[in-house]
Amino acid sequence: MALTHVAASSSRSNLLKPISTALSSTPFLRRSISSASDDSTTITIETSVPFTAHRCDTPSRTVDTTPKELMTFFRDMATMRRMEIAADSLYKAKLIRGFCHLYDGQEAVAVGMEAAITKKDCIITAYRDHCTFLGRGGTLLEAGFYGGHGIVGAQVPLGCGLAFGQKYSKDETVTFALYGDGAANQGQLFEALNMSALWDLPAILVCENNHYGMGTAEWRAAKSPAYYKRGDYVPGLKVDGMDAFAVKQACKFAKEHALKNGPIILEMDTYRYHGHSMSDPGSTYRTRDEISGVRQERDPVERIRKLVLSHDIATEKELKDIEKEIRKEVDEAIAKAKESPVPEPSELFTNVYVKGYGVESFGPDRKEVRAVLP
Amino acid sequence: MATVFQGLGAATAISASNSFDSKKFQLPSRRSLSVRKDSILVVRSDGRVNHIMNRGARRAEQLITNAVATKADGSAASTASKPGHELLLFEALREGLEEEMERDLRVCVMGEDVGHYGGSYKVTKDLANKYGDLRVLDTPIAENSFTGMGIGAAMTGLRPIVEGMNMGFLLLAFNQISNNCGMLHYTSGGQFKIPIVIRGPGGVGRQLGAEHSQRLESYFQSIPGIQMVACSTPYNAKGLMKAAIRSDNPVILFEHVLLYNLKERIPDEEYVLSLEEAEMVRPGEHVTILTYSRMRYHVMQAAKTLVNKGYDPEVIDIRSLKPFDLHTIGNSVKKTHRVLIVEECMRTGGIGASLTAAISENFNDYLDAPIICLSSQDVPTPYAGTLEEWTVVQPAQIVTAVEQLCQ
Repeated sequence: MALTHVAASSSRSNLLKPISTALSSTPFLRRSISSASDDSTTITIETSVPFTAHRCDTPSRTVDTTPKELMTFFRDMATMRRMEIAADSLYKAKLIRGFCHLYDGQEAVAVGMEAAITKKDCIITAYRDHCTFLGRGGTLLEAGFYGGHGIVGAQVPLGCGLAFGQKYSKDETVTFALYGDGAANQGQLFEALNMSALWDLPAILVCENNHYGMGTAEWRAAKSPAYYKRGDYVPGLKVDGMDAFAVKQACKFAKEHALKNGPIILEMDTYRYHGHSMSDPGSTYRTRDEISGVRQERDPVERIRKLVLSHDIATEKELKDIEKEIRKEVDEAIAKAKESPVPEPSELFTNVYVKGYGVESFGPDRKEVRAVLP
Repeated sequence: MATVFQGLGAATAISASNSFDSKKFQLPSRRSLSVRKDSILVVRSDGRVNHIMNRGARRAEQLITNAVATKADGSAASTASKPGHELLLFEALREGLEEEMERDLRVCVMGEDVGHYGGSYKVTKDLANKYGDLRVLDTPIAENSFTGMGIGAAMTGLRPIVEGMNMGFLLLAFNQISNNCGMLHYTSGGQFKIPIVIRGPGGVGRQLGAEHSQRLESYFQSIPGIQMVACSTPYNAKGLMKAAIRSDNPVILFEHVLLYNLKERIPDEEYVLSLEEAEMVRPGEHVTILTYSRMRYHVMQAAKTLVNKGYDPEVIDIRSLKPFDLHTIGNSVKKTHRVLIVEECMRTGGIGASLTAAISENFNDYLDAPIICLSSQDVPTPYAGTLEEWTVVQPAQIVTAVEQLCQ
């Protein structure tokens, strides 16, 4: 595809190959508003790097999309980014307590995956799940989101169980079980993989490889950091996890594969800007140059922004306005959360069991009956 | 204590319960029963029977009263319940399992050698031939992950039964059982249900060695969100298996390696027991003996000696290890004022220890003597036969304890 240089701006990256030559702004203002929700024009984009495969064919590097999808990607990723930054401040203000694992930098994985699947497909992930949850729509069962789990690696057998349920019910849907490069060394993962391959379960294991298992770099934890190959007999695909379209393409490919041939591993090469959690500065085991380097070269939101601008779907100002809107939305959500009440003491015992037994529960001094288990 | 009947989801109103005097064993007329074509019987441990409408049951029921022969009702019971069939405990488990698999397509089994091999204790024999390899799934030796898989499958709505070939192997799956199985309903605000049954044989066998003689009820009892039951007779094995499968909560069903070949006559009709109820094995006046699983038989053996010596022990098989049936236990304590707990669990932190605490707190005023708890010794179970015998509570020790209590 011929590179067409846009005269107006000098900041176009060589990675992008705009189709149309955008020139004066005024007529395009009108055109870009309508094209922002345009569902019918197909834009063809090439992924940043080709896919690498293990025991399977690679999907095509060329991805079709529409202006509407591009704008949705931008909006969703910007919301996720904004939400995580807000969570950072809230944690420092001690309004979010405990451990807080932020996803900024990895948004492309969540957004790309959502674009390739339906709400009937299941996603299960570990604790870096705020954006995945948001991508699913913010509900659990109806949106096919199964958490959200604290023990590293324990969600992978659960994910294979979800796939088992789908195969049992003949749903023709798949399960994406996400884990990190740290969890990739868990034994239960290989056990679950063995069983999924044995019974052809529609399970797609997605390794979100951000190259650091908390403070330990991948080369210090894994003899073979080629996580997409570690399935051995299970095919794998290595994907640029900072490119939402590569993720979308890979997930589409994986879904088709899993429904026909059983499990497949996707390794998303991604990066987190924050430390492992808010208690980790994130700079003791990597250099600040590395972090800022990735932010400059590979930031997923920036990539979409550049695509949107180069295809003239929206102007800089419109994108900035969208970001302002998102910021307001997130601020309103924070305000609502701040106003919401903390749970009542009586709620301590709700939902321990599905149906209660009238069993009494005592306070710590074992003298006073605190509640009857509902 | 109300009989909580889980998992029925019956939309129709519960018909007026017919209470029957357990001593009289009156069978209702056939005509009155025929209206209740779809009912299921809930047989309570004190002999009362309730009818509950159930869309799922297919057979018209003939009323069965207390089929467990209790001391007072012995002869009358056997004449009234002669119809029925005799089987061994593992067959009773299989019958319960098969009936539930037939009734609900979501019920499936997974475990090592449950399918083609038929189960290491034959509990799942021939089920794979009947229901296929997916519903009776042979897993590789990977307890941690196939238990996790069972939990994940339960989250999607299936009702899996995970078999541990020996309960001790489930220690490998402790993370999944504690963190996922027990917690997910709570942490998801009630959105995820885990209707899983985890079952398997445990307990001290005949010289099986320390690693294969584990009693895990003590390790699992603190996990919030799960229920634990222990079966001891073919009758309660089938009933508890069915109840566990129908329950929407995760249930751990403890079986015992040495009890699989017990024979008993059980009713032909469908019955489901209550998961939280204890069973009155032998009513008495002098002392309450609380026990479960295999120790029930040691207690009954000791009871014979005790009766000859003039004592009248009340024996209760607690069955429900979590939560305890404090209602039945409490009524007994209020009557006899003396408690002896006989268990196979370890002394430290076992079921007996928790039960002692629970009874002391709730019924301290009714106790005339401190509670005596007889448990297994805190040692890894030896291989040598004699040593193994001394690890577990023997009938002679039970007799001595009762004599001590009743001084």
